[in-house]
Amino acid sequence: MEKVSLPGLQRYLTGFVLAVLLTAIPFAAVALQLLSSGAALALIAVCAVIQVIVHLYYFLHIDFKSTPTANMFFLIFAAILIFLMVGGSLWIMSDLHHRMM
Amino acid sequence: MSHSASASAALAHEETHALESRDFGFWLYLMTDAIIFALLFATYAVLSGNTAAGPSGRDVFDLAHVAGETALLLVSSITFGVASLFLKVDRARPAVLWLGITLLLGLWFLVMELSEFSGMIAEGAGPQTSGFLTAFFTLIGTHGLHVAVGCLGILVMMGQILVKGGTAPVRSRLNRLGMFWHFLDIVWIGIFSVVYLPAVL
Repeated sequence: MEKVSLPGLQRYLTGFVLAVLLTAIPFAAVALQLLSSGAALALIAVCAVIQVIVHLYYFLHIDFKSTPTANMFFLIFAAILIFLMVGGSLWIMSDLHHRMM
Repeated sequence: MSHSASASAALAHEETHALESRDFGFWLYLMTDAIIFALLFATYAVLSGNTAAGPSGRDVFDLAHVAGETALLLVSSITFGVASLFLKVDRARPAVLWLGITLLLGLWFLVMELSEFSGMIAEGAGPQTSGFLTAFFTLIGTHGLHVAVGCLGILVMMGQILVKGGTAPVRSRLNRLGMFWHFLDIVWIGIFSVVYLPAVL
């Protein structure tokens, strides 16, 4: 009955199921210790990136059709800034760490 | 007569335009907030090994507790979505009810986070103990502060919907608060993926 009166609910529910799966997989992998630590880290990273995209699409309704171009531009701009600043910081600091050993 | 009709049409257009520019401004704020969190994540990643002979993440993190916090935020994201869908179809009362559920979930999350913090501080793992714990409390505390502000926002929106009803400005404000709330859930994905899960691996 509520499904009829609430257009758009399906999108939230789909996103919720996907988000639960993408959260449960890395938690289970860590709790059950099924993988080597390198493989587990890779699995955590992949699930996290997919889940961020799931949240952006299903909860924040970001997509290439309905989202204003300016909003999309600044989302991608922020992503590039984050990549440069976080990636650069980690690179410099790990390099420094190796030189100090 | 036709003059006042065109004037009200112009006003309606102006309101739509004003609300759209607020959505855009709020989006810019969220992007800058994302950059702040990203740099706190980078700080944490750099300092996470610097335990200064104090406890490490493996010693102080409780995976079941984190899973509980994660579940609360995720469920609160969908209850917020249901509230905004109800307001879209002009059902103010159910919208307020679902916002109330979202508020309770948010407050429950804050209680869990504060109990984690106070437990850690009681064990001697406070923010002054090591670089790792300083970065941990700064990152998680900043997120928790955002959730607290979001809870205040939900309370204000519940009042606005009850008093003003589902007018265009109220819907627009609820939409922006929803963006904020879902954004905090996205930050939490980063927190359990970068802070908690790798530490107990």
